[in-house]
Amino acid sequence: MTPKKAMLIDLSLCVGCNACQAGCKEENGLPPSDEKYLSLTAYTALNKYNDLYVRRMCQHCDVPTCVSVCPVGALTKSGAGPVSYDGEKCIGCRYCLQACPFHVPKYEWSSTKPSIRKCKFCPNRIAKGLQPACAEACPTGATKFGDRDELLIEAAGRIKAEPGKYVSRIYGEQDVGGTSMLYLSPVPFEQLGFDSRLGKIPMPMLTMSALSKVPNVVSVGGVLLAGIWWITNRRAEVQAHESSLKKGKTQPQEDDE
Amino acid sequence: MRALKLPRLIGWRPIATTLILAGALAAVARFTLGLGATTNLSDEFPWGLWIGFDFLGIGLAASGFTIVAAVHLFHAEEYEPIVRPAILTAFIGYLLVVLVLIIDLGRPDHFWHPLVMWNPHSVMCEISWCLMLYTTVLSLEFAPILLEKFHIHSPIKWIHAVSLPFMIFGVLLSTLHQSSFGSLYLIVPNRLHALWYTPLLPVLFFISCIASGLSMIVLETLIFSRNGRPFLPTRLRANLAKAIALALAVYFVVRIQDLLSRGGFRDMTTLTYYSVAFWAELLIGFVIPFAMLLFEKVRISPTGLYSASLMVVLGFAFNRMNTAITGLEHYPSQTYFPSIIEIFIMLGITACGFCAFSFIAEHLPIFRIEESGNSHHQEALSGAQEPLFVSPECEDLRPT
Repeated sequence: MTPKKAMLIDLSLCVGCNACQAGCKEENGLPPSDEKYLSLTAYTALNKYNDLYVRRMCQHCDVPTCVSVCPVGALTKSGAGPVSYDGEKCIGCRYCLQACPFHVPKYEWSSTKPSIRKCKFCPNRIAKGLQPACAEACPTGATKFGDRDELLIEAAGRIKAEPGKYVSRIYGEQDVGGTSMLYLSPVPFEQLGFDSRLGKIPMPMLTMSALSKVPNVVSVGGVLLAGIWWITNRRAEVQAHESSLKKGKTQPQEDDE
Repeated sequence: MRALKLPRLIGWRPIATTLILAGALAAVARFTLGLGATTNLSDEFPWGLWIGFDFLGIGLAASGFTIVAAVHLFHAEEYEPIVRPAILTAFIGYLLVVLVLIIDLGRPDHFWHPLVMWNPHSVMCEISWCLMLYTTVLSLEFAPILLEKFHIHSPIKWIHAVSLPFMIFGVLLSTLHQSSFGSLYLIVPNRLHALWYTPLLPVLFFISCIASGLSMIVLETLIFSRNGRPFLPTRLRANLAKAIALALAVYFVVRIQDLLSRGGFRDMTTLTYYSVAFWAELLIGFVIPFAMLLFEKVRISPTGLYSASLMVVLGFAFNRMNTAITGLEHYPSQTYFPSIIEIFIMLGITACGFCAFSFIAEHLPIFRIEESGNSHHQEALSGAQEPLFVSPECEDLRPT
């Protein structure tokens, strides 16, 4: 099995040059222009917080919310890391837009045959042994591509080497069950627009707690309903029989069985 | 018994025609221009009015399974007269919801994909399957009424022979998807406001649909027995009212207890955009009608029962719209209000539903006072003529 790939994004190294977005746009054939937010034409964007730049993009979660909610399996997670989208399957229910904890998928609202668009984690490049376009474009090493396990060790090493420089947390290591995008930051992540309410449990588990009860509802419910039907039906039969017996006493009838 | 006095809706026919035409035009616009140009939906607000309408339609159609279960599975046979209205309500409700869902899909041409492409982890997938299967069950439950009308009796026997497992299946499917509409939101704890988000969403959706479905059927029995004789005895109607009150009470206790146990006291008691919506829904739909239904006087009075049931339905609508819209808004920075086209499509489809209901109720034996007696039957039907629901075909039968 291919080792899980990831990218380590060290916010302290990012100078805001936007080369990652340019590289991404070139790779994906998107119109070149500086964009500040994720959009149909920007699969990655730099959000500025004082003197820090935070790179937004699909996090390629280990247990992706979007993959779990898609009713037709148009979104899939590959072993190497990328979460891929198949517009031919998509029915356009937009549950992925609603559910993604990072607000990543963008929808082609103006099209009559819309798809979603988001960062693909350059699966073709990864398959060829190349690094994603954004990581290749990054001049400062703020975005580093590699095996997830190795990057986690490296990130922990960077924190240990310069504890004053970083907050002691690798965002994405365990958040929502772990993601392919790992962030290091000099300031608490909550100040940089990272949602602190998400927790470490993968979001799909919230749904599974309800969905896992479906087989029980069906089996127990089915037996229960059939049982109630049988009992109430039997009671009606007995009542009918008893009343016919009573009638039989006053007026002898032939239906003695 | 004092007859129920409803304000007459003057000019229902032109209104309905206008709404349906406007809805049809809006639908043409939606399909030719796309969702972006015709709706106020966005990446931040990908679900809006139509999803709320789906919740509402399905919830109000819940009588389809509760009444069938009560009469055919639990043998509460005295409620037989409301089985057909309940099935008709559910059947129409589900067809409308499926229609709205298809309009809402970004790729309506792919609507059949959930049939062949499964994702068992998706609540949406489960709901699509339940909707398809339950609509099929409903069409089987509805078919005998239609076949009876055209005196085709052999399939009826066949349907009756297999009806028990199908009815059980229908009740199970309803239980699953009524609650699953709540489960849809389990995955957005970070987005849905704490006044509505709870792990108990599926349970709460299920309990509230029982109250709203029964209220809907009570409203129908009241409306359709207005000019003729009541086709459900007052005593039984009062019993339905008791069942509604019970469901309301259970819902209220579970909801408040759950909110308090998860620290929602502050959210409930501080005056905000959200708490106003929350209390509006809870007071109109649950507290006030429950208090009303505690009184026998209200339960046996058509006007009283009508008002209470109407409040339950309104409060229920409020609850579903709050869950689907208000709770996901970031007031005041990011709010959502449906576009005129979204509204027209919803109104047009609702009008279609009312017209279909009144048309079928007039032409098929839905509201039957007694099984036998053809002249009696006719009388009952014309008695059921109802200015609110007069379709063009029956205009001449209308009581003057």
